[in-house]
Amino acid sequence: MAEQNNLKEFTKGIVQYNPLFVLVLGLCPSLAVTTSVKNGLAMGGAATFVLVCSNFIVSMVRPFIPREIRIPCFIVIIAAFVTMVELLMKAYLPPELNASLGIFIPLIVVNCIIMYRAESFAYKNKPVVSILDGAGLGLGWTLSLCLVSAIREVLGAGTIFGLKVSESYQPASVMIMAPGAFIVLGLLLGLFNWRKLRRSEKSMKAYIKHD
Amino acid sequence: MIKEIALIIVSVVFVNNFVLAKFLGLCPFLGVSQKTSAAMGMGVAVTFVMTLSSAITWIVYNFILLPGDANIIAKVFPSIRELGLVEVLKTISYILVIATLVQLVEMMLRKMVPALYESLGIYLPLITTNCAVLGVALLNTTDAPKHMGFLQATVQGFGAGIGFTVAMLLMSGIRERLALVNIPQPLRGIPIAFICTGLMALAFFGFSGMVQ
Repeated sequence: MAEQNNLKEFTKGIVQYNPLFVLVLGLCPSLAVTTSVKNGLAMGGAATFVLVCSNFIVSMVRPFIPREIRIPCFIVIIAAFVTMVELLMKAYLPPELNASLGIFIPLIVVNCIIMYRAESFAYKNKPVVSILDGAGLGLGWTLSLCLVSAIREVLGAGTIFGLKVSESYQPASVMIMAPGAFIVLGLLLGLFNWRKLRRSEKSMKAYIKHD
Repeated sequence: MIKEIALIIVSVVFVNNFVLAKFLGLCPFLGVSQKTSAAMGMGVAVTFVMTLSSAITWIVYNFILLPGDANIIAKVFPSIRELGLVEVLKTISYILVIATLVQLVEMMLRKMVPALYESLGIYLPLITTNCAVLGVALLNTTDAPKHMGFLQATVQGFGAGIGFTVAMLLMSGIRERLALVNIPQPLRGIPIAFICTGLMALAFFGFSGMVQ
């Protein structure tokens, strides 16, 4: 039973609580770095690392943090891990990848997803479930970043993971610039809403029939 | 001098608008842009915090973080003179400066302009996690293409705030009209706001190339 619950804490972040498409959080980096799948993966990985670590530490030290000053405490914990991840990425990843992520790595500090999980989950739960929760939401965010960046990279650059998709396709470079990002994300959010609406309509019809 | 300042402002308001070209500060941009009055209040508060935090983070960067003779900490710990603290402390020190400043603004507003304080509500403390504020601090100091002076950094902070306000006001005008229009159900709310922002960003592309 306990194992099932743990599994649920992990998987809920992927679809049910998907940070980008359901909670609509962490918008700035989701739009800025999703010009190629490689960038999306690197950003998602970095944020997942910070999310898991900060959830773990917050849930470990929660008995010692008074309610009134919890937010500054969270920020300092998160900022420490962001500094770590930034130094690690500078040391081990290719410089051009670091250059294209730019200021969005230090800006993980103000990513709402991490703060939201610290405040609404890790501050109230035990360390193990908090790690699972962080890992699940991080994975969900990384997957949605990959989806957005795959669409933008294919349409805007005609490549995926740097490989050419088709010889005859003329890339529409507006898709990897600012306007394309907003429009792709708007349409994807619309798609998710449409799916949700259709589902609730179906269950409503089934309910009426049943009656 | 005046020409340079004017260039920075035009560049950061129109050409490199923080919201529309750099994707910074999207959460409040979408969250508070339903009514023009709230958008205006938020814009003013953000501009104020951005200007002050640009000035203070510039001082922190140049006198505490950068290696060299000007470093204050190096007077106590000589090893800091060569190494500096930029890599290790920039994120933490900037976010602490911003958080303190937002708290200060909140207390001041509550005492001096209670009406504005009420109307900003939850969004005031949220300025701390507005990535445009931290973003402009980073773009002024560590991520600037070349070293910026104190005045330039402060003006860039002020201009970024004005650019944010302009984008918010335009968006809230559009959204007030969108509320009366028959939009397909799944696109209502955030999705249509995103598509409108995309079209606005496309329009702002017209300014590109005006200033390098």
